[in-house]
Amino acid sequence: MCGTTGLSVCLDAQRFIKLNAVCGIVFLLLGGVAALLLALTRWQTVHLLPVDWFYRLLTFHGINMLILWILFFEVAILTFTCTTPLNARLFSRKIAWASFGMMLTGAVMVDYIILAGQADVMMTSYLPLLAHPLFYLGIILVAVGTLIGVFNFFATLYVAKRDRAYEGSLPIVTFGALAAAIIAVVTLLHGAVVMIPTFTYAMGWTAQPDPAWYRLIWWGLGHQSQQVNVCAMVAVWYLLSHITVGARPINEAVCRTAFVLYVLFINLASAHHLLVDPGVGAAWKIWNTSYAMYLAVLASMVHGFTVPAGVELAMREKGYTRGIFGWVTALPWKNPAFSGTALSLVIFGFLGGITGVTLGTQQINIIAHNTLRIPGHFHVTVVGGTTLAFMALAYYVIPLIFQRDFICRGVARVQPWLFGFGIVLLAFGMSFAGTMGVPRRSWDIDAQGVYGPAAHLWLGVLGIGGILAFTGLLLFALLCVGTLFFGPKIEGRAMADWGTPPALAGSQPGSLANDHYATKGTIVLTLTFLACFAVYYFANWKALADVWPVR
Amino acid sequence: MNNEPKIHPWQKVLDNPWLLLVLGVLIPILSYTAWGWVELLLTKPALLP
Ligand code: HEM
Repeated sequence: MCGTTGLSVCLDAQRFIKLNAVCGIVFLLLGGVAALLLALTRWQTVHLLPVDWFYRLLTFHGINMLILWILFFEVAILTFTCTTPLNARLFSRKIAWASFGMMLTGAVMVDYIILAGQADVMMTSYLPLLAHPLFYLGIILVAVGTLIGVFNFFATLYVAKRDRAYEGSLPIVTFGALAAAIIAVVTLLHGAVVMIPTFTYAMGWTAQPDPAWYRLIWWGLGHQSQQVNVCAMVAVWYLLSHITVGARPINEAVCRTAFVLYVLFINLASAHHLLVDPGVGAAWKIWNTSYAMYLAVLASMVHGFTVPAGVELAMREKGYTRGIFGWVTALPWKNPAFSGTALSLVIFGFLGGITGVTLGTQQINIIAHNTLRIPGHFHVTVVGGTTLAFMALAYYVIPLIFQRDFICRGVARVQPWLFGFGIVLLAFGMSFAGTMGVPRRSWDIDAQGVYGPAAHLWLGVLGIGGILAFTGLLLFALLCVGTLFFGPKIEGRAMADWGTPPALAGSQPGSLANDHYATKGTIVLTLTFLACFAVYYFANWKALADVWPVR
Repeated sequence: MNNEPKIHPWQKVLDNPWLLLVLGVLIPILSYTAWGWVELLLTKPALLP
């Protein structure tokens, strides 16, 4: 039983949460060092790395960030959500060891072979580019290890239900993790289907798989894994908005339905990576990237509404009722778990969501494909959104699991702001440079002699944003590792409070449950969001029209 | 007399992880993977000029 929260923590689960979370943070730091060097190379005036190391570290960055950091941390989240909130034990320690062992062995293999210069193929490893077989084998081990971890999650849910460890429906955070786990199954199946024949080809045992087929199946791994992140991130939003301000989902059934929309439709979005591929037809592209996929966009908009609406409702019920936005000023902005959640939601929704839906349109994609606009988009989803939400979670999970309070709490309060601001700047730099046609994955753009001072200015913004974001990331890693070694021990007392808004005199919990106008601030924010969306959408169609003006 | 509270059918769907798992695997595999794969199989090789 945890002395701080009163929650019961399964000791096996606790061990694997620790192991996976620590590994995740180590890979984040490794990928972060590469990120800084890449940003200082794309900043054309600095142009730091030589050409071979640029592509080597680009591969290293993509793999360590998108695959290793995220997957290890997600396994930690799955292990937490299927045990503690359900009052359940982890299904099998042996399976958890097998999963962790395979993932770690695979991760070390991949990182080693990349740094040894034997896999300069970038994380997508598109055929006919060919890496050393250890690269593919390492990825297979990571994917299968994760799949085994996901199996442990499902088995734990099954046993918890059978043994009546909990009554009624799953808690919303576990439900969100369930959605993530289902998506992970589809993702990892694609990973196995594409990587095994590529590995046997690299070994010289079989013929080369068709490159168009490779892209189709690889993106079933590459993009669908991002949807695992989205689900896990949204589950973290619900959890942290509850812990930090006492928010509850304003309508449980609607929130769960939104998760189901993710489960059913979000994976189709992978098709937007193939919008300029000749092999697949227009009907396949349009169905998968619009009609069906918009149901998943609807789900994101539901969560984007219900999380802040839940926060607003909780704040108003605590007595912060002044005007439309009075409750916003009373929010615990100095609590890093809250600020991280709020920034993650705004960055993901306003910047990531709007750019994603627009870039995923077939016609607009044609002017943005393979430009820096694409990394500009996904650094505000998977970095400003998911990574920041996971960082925010660490501010509660580390004290809970390691039973130590954070060191340097003043620095921790600034960290999410610094990281969030840096990433936004980085993404703006990438996006605007991309709008001017600057390509992604390019070591040198001056050789073409076509990019003027404006493009170079935006690449400078990218560089400065990169330095700030890296500083935020480094602080996070140092705070976490420092806390593990030097954090004051908690031992039975409550963890030090990061700050939560107190209820004002005369306020009543649950008093606004039936008031349909209680979330007016969130409604105004939603309308602002829709207006931004309309402007951005219009600007892109206008830009498209300018490509071939008809007069 | 049955005193169990009536559960809405949609709530039953939401509370059934196994059904969600099956649908969640089937829909993308049919709509994205299988359909895309068939399209690639049906693509005729380009003729050399
Ligand atoms: C300090 C934070 C970060 C900085 C400064 C940064 C910077 C960069 C830069 C400069 C590039 C190269 C863009 C190009 O030339 O095409 C890049 C690519 C990329 N980044 Fe980051 N990044 C950061 C964090 C992350 C995180 C946390 C993730 C994932 C969770 C991530 C995922 C990626 C991916 C997938 C690519 C594309 C790699 C490729 O094209 O193969 N980044 N990043």
